Amino acid sequence: MANFLFGRLLQSLVLLLIVSVIGFAVLHLAPGGPLAQFALVPGLSKEDLARMAHEMGLDRPLPVQYWEWLTRLLGGDWGHSYRDNRPVLDVIAGRLPATLELMGAAILISVLVGAWIGVMGAIRRYSTFDMLATIGAMVALSIPTFWFGLIVIYVFSVHLGWLPPGNRTTVGGDGSFLDYLHHLIAPAAVLALVEVAIWSRYMRASMLDVVNQDFIRTARAKGLPERTVLWHHALRNALLPMIALAGVEIPTLLGGALVAETVFTWPGMGRLLLDSLGYRDYPVVMGILMFSAVLALLGNLLADIFAAVADPRIRMA
Amino acid sequence: MTASLAQSSPAVKTGSRAWRRFCRHRLALFGIAAIVLLVLASVVGPSLIPFDSLKIDIRHRFAPPPFEGHLFGTDQLGRDLLVRLLMAGRISLSIGFAAMIVSTAFGTLIGVAAGYYGGAVRVALMRFVDAMLCFPQIFLLLVLAAFIQPNVVTLTLVIAASSWMEVARVVEGQVRSLRERDFILAAEMLGASGRYVMFRELLPNAIGPIIVAATLTVARAILLEAYVSFLGYGIQPPMASWGNMLNNAQQYLGSAPWLAIFPGLMITLAVSSFNFVGDGLRDALDARFDLN
Amino acid sequence: MQGTLSPARVAMPAARTAAEAVLNVRDLSVTFATEKGPLVAVREVSFDLRAGETLALVGESGSGKSVTSLAIMRLTPSAPRVKLGGSVQFTDGKGRTRDLLTLEADAMRGIRGNEISMIFQEPMTSLNPVHRIGDQIAEAITFHEKTGTRAALERAAQLLDQVGIPDARRRLSAYPHQLSGGMRQRVMIAMALACNPRVLIADEPTTALDVTVQAQILELLKELQSATGMAVIFVTHNLGVVAEVADRVMVMYAGAIVERGDVVPVMTRPLMPYTQGLLHSVPRLDPEALGREPLEAIPGNVPDPLRQPPGCAFAPRCRHVEPACEAAMPALEEADGGRQVRCRRWRAIDEAQR
Repeated sequence: MANFLFGRLLQSLVLLLIVSVIGFAVLHLAPGGPLAQFALVPGLSKEDLARMAHEMGLDRPLPVQYWEWLTRLLGGDWGHSYRDNRPVLDVIAGRLPATLELMGAAILISVLVGAWIGVMGAIRRYSTFDMLATIGAMVALSIPTFWFGLIVIYVFSVHLGWLPPGNRTTVGGDGSFLDYLHHLIAPAAVLALVEVAIWSRYMRASMLDVVNQDFIRTARAKGLPERTVLWHHALRNALLPMIALAGVEIPTLLGGALVAETVFTWPGMGRLLLDSLGYRDYPVVMGILMFSAVLALLGNLLADIFAAVADPRIRMA
Repeated sequence: MTASLAQSSPAVKTGSRAWRRFCRHRLALFGIAAIVLLVLASVVGPSLIPFDSLKIDIRHRFAPPPFEGHLFGTDQLGRDLLVRLLMAGRISLSIGFAAMIVSTAFGTLIGVAAGYYGGAVRVALMRFVDAMLCFPQIFLLLVLAAFIQPNVVTLTLVIAASSWMEVARVVEGQVRSLRERDFILAAEMLGASGRYVMFRELLPNAIGPIIVAATLTVARAILLEAYVSFLGYGIQPPMASWGNMLNNAQQYLGSAPWLAIFPGLMITLAVSSFNFVGDGLRDALDARFDLN
Repeated sequence: MQGTLSPARVAMPAARTAAEAVLNVRDLSVTFATEKGPLVAVREVSFDLRAGETLALVGESGSGKSVTSLAIMRLTPSAPRVKLGGSVQFTDGKGRTRDLLTLEADAMRGIRGNEISMIFQEPMTSLNPVHRIGDQIAEAITFHEKTGTRAALERAAQLLDQVGIPDARRRLSAYPHQLSGGMRQRVMIAMALACNPRVLIADEPTTALDVTVQAQILELLKELQSATGMAVIFVTHNLGVVAEVADRVMVMYAGAIVERGDVVPVMTRPLMPYTQGLLHSVPRLDPEALGREPLEAIPGNVPDPLRQPPGCAFAPRCRHVEPACEAAMPALEEADGGRQVRCRRWRAIDEAQR
């Protein structure tokens, strides 16, 4: 276990390093590089720009620049927003809770619904339910999230008036928990659509894998009821690989969150990225890009650790 | 030597059986039919419809479908929706195919190199792939798209740049397992060069998974184009793409819902068709399937 | 491991004839529905199993021996993909006789793991990796005997002790991966014995184990059998094991019984060419055999179960074959000494062996 943890941690650090190199490369891919914002400011001459480039160290060799950028990053100095000069990390932190809340709700929905569909599909393999679930999952993976969001708004907000068309709370409302929840339903469901599809596919495959294993036959040979065989013996094993999946799915979920946040005017990190792109606020854009990758890395690491803890074969090794 | 080696490769003989299995897959056949139809309609359709996709007709704005020859109605500028959908189809499908070709070629190159050379090369390349996959694809795509002057070519490249990793992973795994097989060892013992083994022996035998990944990449690329265009960083109006048509439609959701419904249906139809085909191909080309 | 038969074992069969039959299998057939048509894996197999005896079910892989044992437990995949025919009359501890094939699923579960237990070939994969072995043994006890968890675990510890696992109480909380293959098979045996079954079906229980461990497990099974008086169906392809454990032997080929009888006559004077072939393909280590008879493999392969020849299934591989063999499937004939053989030419073959 200790070896596993150490190896996994080391792996994550290496990945983090590569991620930072990619981030640095993207930063310098921006037209005009880190100076791009000033190029748009009227009244700055070429000499001014050159002087600023020198002050920012942009005329030094790239490896040196990278090293300085990385040490600043690790020290928590992610630069300042061009828009309001607030530290980038503060800006992100302000938007993070909304995004995490949305993602959390979506994960909850997708794990419960997706896993249930997957298990039922595996148990009744090739049944009508299984066929419909298979086709449904493939179609769900093909529906553009934003379009699905628009349809949900059209049906449930415009037509039926059941759900608010956007925002996190009613403007000028009482800010109660129920109001909160009411606003959360639609964006979370829209974000969950793709994840439900993914979870149901993986869960079905994992369950089928387990159901055909020898120890399930052993459990049946003991005379246990089918219910016990499936939920006690099969599901426990089938869920093990799913823990790792939760980690792997974080980038997809973040990407989906951006779209859901845009459609539902949800004040999260995804919308922040889009707004910052609109203002060419590169420090914030870069910050979010790096932050999301780090979040994915951390999530992956955590998921792997949880998976290891849940599996006695690894926990005891 | 070349001839005998080529004949001994197991890739050749599985063809017809795979085709039969593929045909049993009704969804995949539906997918193929839908793709052919979409491509034909996009290529030929606009010239059969008596409206221009860019012609503004202020008198007939927001005409709900069907309206006086406007089968799918008109948009906020009175343009015929059907012809715009088909013109957008040209753009979206071309970007989908082109991005697939670029990303599959690049991903295959990386995958073959990593799988063939192994060792440090493999570790370096595959860790790079892992790192790229840490970034949410849409984030990466948006940031890159914001740096460019968006047009069909640059968008294709940017989409390809953010979606080659899956192919690389698939190919690397395939090549690594093929690498140890007898016919590759035989080729190497007969003195075949590294490049010969990679592209004449390994690649043809990894072609099944590559085709599957490529098909799914088309689906993914169409979807990604729709995302960036919807978010305003893709194809710019007045040129139509399914994504930017939806961007427009968002404001008129309450009054003219057909503006949102049709482009979304087109995207869903196109993307799910490619996904169906990819899934059918996976079943048909999967070697493990033979054993059951 | 070898088929050397001690005088004591030769005398045994006479003693057991009086015992009651616990299992009467009549015309058991198993048919799988496949894409290419029905596949008959077991055809009209009939046999009796008496309390306390060991019946060996012998054959190559694909002969239908494992499917037969799974069908008795009704552990084959369910209809419509699999069709079971015939009857399996089981007499339980209270003297009730019921047909397992028509029993309701609930009642069948009451028998599985309780009155009829099974152990499998692969001890490495037959235990659930995420549950402690104590819980895995105890769960059958709590389910069948409606005892509490504590009492069930107590019994599990006794069982582990009984199957020769040292420090049994502490092992209750072990996970399967912490045990060796032989130990895991002992756990499987403990699990099978948990509810004192009347019948134990052992499906190649030693095949996956080292030779020395094999011998220990066989010895353990014999001890436990004489202690509990249960009947054992021993499924194997290893004739050396058969000589070691069985009272009677039943040889299967292509889903049908081709020869059966008491173990000594069948193994010393086989009447069916297939049994002969099996015996000749067993390596022998005793000095008199060395250098005398070359080791022979049976030529050819088991016939495709979807395209069975109309006549004797073994005919294509048989060196005694004559045209009549390929015309019609021979019946299972009574031979001398209570044996049965499915071969038109058994008299001639017997003659040649004398």
